[in-house]
Amino acid sequence: MPIELKMPALSPTMEEGTLAKWLVKEGDTVQSGDLLAEIETDKATMEYEAIDDGVIAQILIPAGTDNVKVGTVIAVITGEGEDAGTAKAAPAPAAKAEAAPAAPAPTPAPAAAPAPAPAAAPAALAASGDRIKASPLAKRLAASQGIDLSTLTGTGPGGRIVKADLEGAPTAAPAATASASPAAPAASAPIMTSEAIPDFGIPHEDTKLSGMRKTIARRLTESMQQSPHIYLTVDIRLDALLKLRGELNASLESRGVKLSVNDMLIKALAVALERVPACNVSFGGDVMRQYSRADISVAVSIPGGLITPIITDAGGKSMSKISTEMGELAAKAKEGKLQPAEYQGGTASISNMGMMGIKQFTAVINPPQGMIMAIGAGEKRPYVVDDALAIATVMSATGSFDHRAIDGADGALLMKTFKELVENPLGLVA
Amino acid sequence: MADTNYDLIVLGSGPGGYVAAIRAAQLGLKTAIVERELLGGICLNWGCIPTKALLRSAEIYHYMQNAGAYGLKAAEISADIDAVVKRSRGVAKQLNQGVTHLMKKHKITVHMGEGKLTAPGKLEVKGEKGTETLTAKNIIVATGARARDLPFAPADGKRIWTYRHALVPPEMPKKLLVIGSGAIGIEFASFYKDMGAEVTVVEMLDRVVPVEDADISAFLEKSLKKQGMTILTGAGVEELKATATGVSAKIKTKDGKTETSEFSHAIVAIGIVPNTENIGLEALGVKTTKGHIDTDAMCRTNVPGLWAIGDVTAPPWLAHKAMHESVIAVEAIAGNHPHAMDVRNIPGCTYCRPQIASVGLTEAKAKELGYEVKAGTFPFMGNGKAIALGEAEGFTKTVFDAKTGELLGAHMIGAEVTELIQGYTIGKTAELVEDDFIGTVFPHPTLSETMHEGVLAAFGRPLHI
Repeated sequence: MPIELKMPALSPTMEEGTLAKWLVKEGDTVQSGDLLAEIETDKATMEYEAIDDGVIAQILIPAGTDNVKVGTVIAVITGEGEDAGTAKAAPAPAAKAEAAPAAPAPTPAPAAAPAPAPAAAPAALAASGDRIKASPLAKRLAASQGIDLSTLTGTGPGGRIVKADLEGAPTAAPAATASASPAAPAASAPIMTSEAIPDFGIPHEDTKLSGMRKTIARRLTESMQQSPHIYLTVDIRLDALLKLRGELNASLESRGVKLSVNDMLIKALAVALERVPACNVSFGGDVMRQYSRADISVAVSIPGGLITPIITDAGGKSMSKISTEMGELAAKAKEGKLQPAEYQGGTASISNMGMMGIKQFTAVINPPQGMIMAIGAGEKRPYVVDDALAIATVMSATGSFDHRAIDGADGALLMKTFKELVENPLGLVA
Repeated sequence: MADTNYDLIVLGSGPGGYVAAIRAAQLGLKTAIVERELLGGICLNWGCIPTKALLRSAEIYHYMQNAGAYGLKAAEISADIDAVVKRSRGVAKQLNQGVTHLMKKHKITVHMGEGKLTAPGKLEVKGEKGTETLTAKNIIVATGARARDLPFAPADGKRIWTYRHALVPPEMPKKLLVIGSGAIGIEFASFYKDMGAEVTVVEMLDRVVPVEDADISAFLEKSLKKQGMTILTGAGVEELKATATGVSAKIKTKDGKTETSEFSHAIVAIGIVPNTENIGLEALGVKTTKGHIDTDAMCRTNVPGLWAIGDVTAPPWLAHKAMHESVIAVEAIAGNHPHAMDVRNIPGCTYCRPQIASVGLTEAKAKELGYEVKAGTFPFMGNGKAIALGEAEGFTKTVFDAKTGELLGAHMIGAEVTELIQGYTIGKTAELVEDDFIGTVFPHPTLSETMHEGVLAAFGRPLHI
């Protein structure tokens, strides 16, 4: 029996991805565990492994295809000795049948692959309701290519979806994947199209957006539009923390561990969130989700964008463990090899621009999280110590809070707790 | 001083310009239009419309001469070229007055005179009453184009004509040379042939109406030859001289031989030149390609606030393209979001006998672009209405993308096909697929049934052949 290879769901919320590269070609013999293809999701490039042995009879989705829906048949494997010819005939109607239910919008994507995604359920809301206006040709092409028309923006008369919108034309800005948020019903973000940038004759070059760039654009727009942000800033003296770091690193040297200030601040934020649970929440429209563990998403700059690997239960982990994990995650992030579970989720975020000399800044909350801590540079400043002007190493930290979920007083309490933990860092070791 | 500050100034009142002004006025913009000669421009004064009036006379004359074929008798038939031209001028005048009325109705200020851009948003108009300066946030250039002259034999209006002279001929030509077999050349060739002239058409490329599908060109050439026209393709006119009695033309034919022939008159129809001189484009740094103004999908030039539409911009150079662009540009100026035009959805019509109409890609072009093509042809001979009309000459051809069922092109030749092509154009614009055309009920008996059969033929299932 020919086996259909389907676009895998590489994360619970993944609805579609880019088939970046085929690592095999038609006629190749593959064994379970062989790498078949590279698939680019909104955040990372993942390798797709063979589960079955056989011969690649047919590749149905060429490399470089964007927006391939989860569950779309991308290739067919036949068993050893099986006639590839008979297999070739089979997939076509199968692919069609698979894709067909995707066209009438209200049905959620046929997630053939594993991982039922409870968190993603509200995303289906986006598709319901409005009639989708599309030309007969666009409908036919969408059905044959397994494209969900409800994810497209139409550029024809009256916003009608036309053929050009399916061809990855610059105007086709798919509203991309579902938000993990139980709150945000994945409203299609008003991402600008290249049409909207007037051409003043300035020499330029347009580059097609990567999946990651689209996701960043959509999520940040969503966050600023939907979450009313409030910003609370405190100045924090770092001398004690730096001294402790020196001492700890001296004793950890033999274990090959070197704590960074950031590792310690991750821990401090997690502990502060445990002490002020009112800030460790997600706003869910009609529910408030209270987390009983602090998972800290750490913003890591990578080529072409940004990703936020997560230190799970940072409050419960030692700083040396946080440091080791962070080192591994950052390295993976830079290679684009993070697994979805390693960057999806998190209950709050931390973003540090101190190394760039940024004194103070405000960050955009990463929905559905309730807060993000923006860390400025630690610098020697004139500081009043015991009623006398002295020199101290001080940094400014600014928390952005989703004011729908978090009251100002609770946010202030979190900032105060964070400051105390950093200034009296022995509490972090205990 | 009168208020000369507008929201929009349109330079040129051809089919692009005057429609732009009307749409702008409808959208509440304070609008002015500048015209140096006649409201309505070439199209309705010296182009599309008066030629159709002439061709209608020629067509009726042709029917009268063939009355016997319909069981009728007509005696002492003759054509009076002066009266035919007079009718044509009357039609043009009526439409010119119609545009004047439309401008008044929409409260559009008309400035008669030569317009020249002096700065972004500033236009100087030199009229009979002196010079005035108009200002506007947005200006649309719609100055159109004119006939291209042969460099070695500029038109004199007596023996060597452009379309403009051919519309008001000083006399009926006896032996006419038509240089160029595009729409304009072929229409005049057809008109004067039906009016009784001996006609020779010289085309540089290897077939007549070279922008059309090769099947159309072949069919037309055969049909014109049958009517008695001389068609020289792959040939060039190397010398053209007006003499006391006519014109003398040195023609290099396909086989490389050069012959000198005498004609009574010659019509030069070798293309157009955009009207971009002396309107201040250089000073503003407006970008052009081969003289035509460069624009984006919304008709913007590279100068902010300056727009351009119609023949002064990129091809196709057709009145309906200009009209459509005018609406796109004005909607964009008003802050709306019009959708860009796809040139593949712009139909083209040539009103020779038999008529030609087409939209989209030719079969050859589609293949060149890498499409896997399904094409089919249905002859008028298989259409009941065409036979009843005595117009069984012609065919309908369609070109589909075999993979997607998209209509890539439609090509028609025969009676009234210029009135039929809109059906395919609507379908193509709406991105209908073959099933939609096949599933449409076409009225019987009409020539439009050939459109249905043309699609069926592409899929190997025509009914009446």
